[in-house]
Amino acid sequence: MSEETAQIVLTVNGEAITRTVAVRQHLVDFLRTELGLTGSHIGCEHGVCGACSVRVDGRVVRGCLMLAAQADGAEVVTIEGLTDTGEIADLQAAFVNRNALQCGFCTPGMLMTAAELLAEKQAKSREEIRTFLSGNYCRCTGFQAIVDAIETTLAKRLEQR
Amino acid sequence: MSDRALRAPLDRPNSYIGRTLSRAGAKRAVAGRGRYTDDFSLPRMLHAAFLRSPFAHAKILSIDTSQARRQHGVALIMTGAELAKLVTGPWIGTLTCFSGMKSAPQYALAVDRACWVGEPVAMVVARTRAEAEDGVERIQVEWEELPAVTDKATALDPKTPVLHPELGDNLAFRKTIDTGSVDAAFAKADLVIEETFEFGRHTAVSLEPRTLLAAYDTATGKLTITTSSQCPHMLQHVFAHTLGIPQHNVQIIAPDVGGSFGLKIHTYGDELATTAAAIQLGRPVKFVADRLESFMSDIHARENTVKGRIAVSKSGTIEAFDIDVLSGAGAYSQYPRTSVFEATQVLNITGGPYRHKHYRARATVVYQNKVPSSQYRAVGHPIGNSVAEHLVDQAAYQLGIDPIEMRRRNIMADDVYPTTSASGIKLKDLSHQRCLDALVDSMDYAALRAEQANLREKGIHRGIGIATFIKGTAPGPRGYYGVGGAPISLQDACVIKLEPNGGVICAVGVTEQGQGVDTVMGQIAAATLGVPIDSVRVLSGDTDATPFGGGTYGSRATAIGGEAVYQAARDLRQEILQLAGILLQAEPDALDIVDGTIVDRSDGRQRLPLAEIGRIGHYQVGELPNSVQPILSHTRRFRLVDDLYIFTNGIHGAYVEVDTDTGFIRLLKHWVVEDCGRVINPQLADEQVRGGCVQGIGGALYEHCLYDEAGQLQNGSLVDYLTPMASEMPDIEVVHVQTPSSVSELGAKGVGESGTGAAPAVVMNAVNDALQPFGARVTAQPITPQSILIALGRI
Repeated sequence: MSEETAQIVLTVNGEAITRTVAVRQHLVDFLRTELGLTGSHIGCEHGVCGACSVRVDGRVVRGCLMLAAQADGAEVVTIEGLTDTGEIADLQAAFVNRNALQCGFCTPGMLMTAAELLAEKQAKSREEIRTFLSGNYCRCTGFQAIVDAIETTLAKRLEQR
Repeated sequence: MSDRALRAPLDRPNSYIGRTLSRAGAKRAVAGRGRYTDDFSLPRMLHAAFLRSPFAHAKILSIDTSQARRQHGVALIMTGAELAKLVTGPWIGTLTCFSGMKSAPQYALAVDRACWVGEPVAMVVARTRAEAEDGVERIQVEWEELPAVTDKATALDPKTPVLHPELGDNLAFRKTIDTGSVDAAFAKADLVIEETFEFGRHTAVSLEPRTLLAAYDTATGKLTITTSSQCPHMLQHVFAHTLGIPQHNVQIIAPDVGGSFGLKIHTYGDELATTAAAIQLGRPVKFVADRLESFMSDIHARENTVKGRIAVSKSGTIEAFDIDVLSGAGAYSQYPRTSVFEATQVLNITGGPYRHKHYRARATVVYQNKVPSSQYRAVGHPIGNSVAEHLVDQAAYQLGIDPIEMRRRNIMADDVYPTTSASGIKLKDLSHQRCLDALVDSMDYAALRAEQANLREKGIHRGIGIATFIKGTAPGPRGYYGVGGAPISLQDACVIKLEPNGGVICAVGVTEQGQGVDTVMGQIAAATLGVPIDSVRVLSGDTDATPFGGGTYGSRATAIGGEAVYQAARDLRQEILQLAGILLQAEPDALDIVDGTIVDRSDGRQRLPLAEIGRIGHYQVGELPNSVQPILSHTRRFRLVDDLYIFTNGIHGAYVEVDTDTGFIRLLKHWVVEDCGRVINPQLADEQVRGGCVQGIGGALYEHCLYDEAGQLQNGSLVDYLTPMASEMPDIEVVHVQTPSSVSELGAKGVGESGTGAAPAVVMNAVNDALQPFGARVTAQPITPQSILIALGRI
């Protein structure tokens, strides 16, 4: 039996994409294997770890809980796109300076989530930052450095407003 | 050249030693440009998926692959019996250093019989992972379920079935340490505390699962394996010998590794099968474990029951410890590192910070129908520390002595080293007293106690925990793997080269998994040579590019690999200064290298850029006298000579709040004072400690691989298996006391596991401190809200 497929038209990191995909293929698998966007990672494939987080039509979603076919007509942004636009350059620099990552496997998803928090442009306590990150698993850092990096970036952004 | 002149670069004010520098790997990762094994694809690549045993123990009566073979995209199906014909033999996970140890032969894919839920049984290789999984679903296996051995407490009962009949019983290993006179010490003690402790099975849960991509060049016979591994050279040996390929024709590449924690120092049958398929098909084959497979087939750890006793005098002097450890190995002893280390380490380290003279410790390791257990971050230490530190606290409570004071009266003094612990291990260069003092300051202990008393009156129950520890790091060849015959290098190596432009290539046998190993090696090389950090490039994680070494495990990278880098860089520096001396007609001793330039040692006058030495040494060698042949490439290996480990020490403090109505525990704050010797990069050392603590907290409060009586894993997903997440974790303060190791010139000791080793002990002590007014205590980890309510008599 051959795979059932669907044609999708979408925008990924600002680039128009047309592809025929297996209907059962997850969005993150599509991004990684079809488009070579390997910055989004696969950690659990059941929506808990957050490593596959990508932005779809402005909201962060789990790339493992959405099918590629469902992204037809959507605007998708991955860590590669977020990096190229410079939207989170300050956050990325803070992650590096604070060593808010070790193995780096969770980092793209963590940055995606943190970018959403920063976009709220609201002051947050450390506890609130921790709660916001509660859907992103990191086994290496113990989270403190991540919270520090986000707190510092948020404070700087609010100061500059 | 004088020793002082050689050591000087490390102590310069602008030295890279002791300085926080960020990691180049971090810059890649934040941009989504990390390259993990699954990010690599090769032309004609196929994907492997595995049929795994649904039973804890079952005979395989037949395997029908006919339907699967017709599945779209399937290129190969392999059963255990078929794979067995392609390899040199099954693995047997014993080491000769463990006298009397036994283990059954283990096949990479089960042959005739499966011994745990998740054991790989058959492999399907297809064009995509999805098609390979489709193929797996179409394999029909006829099983005959056999009785499962799950409870380690009854594993040795005569009525319990024997898992591997050829072994005679379910015993893997027994070991006893006995100083003698232990019974007498207990008989005359003023106070004896006795307790039974349970430690739940848990596992590493690296975010990147085990992943392997094998490619075989049929023309040259070269096998190239890209894999998420901590120990490329060990894998090179194991894969070469098991597959019958000359070891030098096997290249192992470990690119970015998405977390490891000991999980990725082992060998796994599914990975061997994937590689065998790549050889058979002459096409690259990739295997990526999914999360369920990870829970069912990654090594587990920590499943131990410990009966512990402490004998104490009225004045609070610890006279003796007596422990009896029962450890669950799983179905086989993991090849090649074995499954008996955890229990062995518990025996080595329990009560290790203290001065008592009497010690008896017994370990019994048994087989059971579960995933093999083996080395995972801080092997044995969470268990030994939890047991000893709980007993010390309970003794202190009964004697009315403050836990800090109790420890002050019993820890080894800072001036007694070298010395030997009651367990017989040699201890050097430790600093329990200084660490204790630093912790009291860091926590503001007195104020915290006052706050605790104050809040207790308001019905808020907070607890303060203290836990001292020793930690075995950087194992030596006189210890287990070396004398036991494992194909694992206990020394490590560096090849350092000066390039024509003055740049430096530093290839090391230790490996990077995000700890910052490459950065730390670069800092040591740059500081020793006297060159800017940007002119050093570190190579690691590729057996074709690096000198043979052990990789990264057991907190060894900086202590062992770092010393090799230091010594190799020192040799290169010496040669550079000799060449410069010839070119400048100066005494090498009168010259120095500062910031990549040859200078006069006396006044710092710049004489020659390093690039000139590179240029002349590689291109214009005719400018040198005929008798001088530049090498500009130096190799050093380093190992421990007499020591079992480089032991480190430290102390944790924890502050928690227990809700006595719900049993919920809130972690308010955590402190660590630890002594890893000379700190190379303070930020990286701190973050190793923090991440390690949280991993230990996971074991203390959340993580548990739950099995039912039939040996079925109950919680193989991240929904059901709880891990520490950001919202529950405390901020952790880290302080370093630095007592350089006397076994190396660099003086670095291991740091990566210190957090994990003692965090469970301190959290359990803090919880029990909160429960103290209720006369309740918990001694089983993970400590759940339910267990607290049971201890309080609420349910």
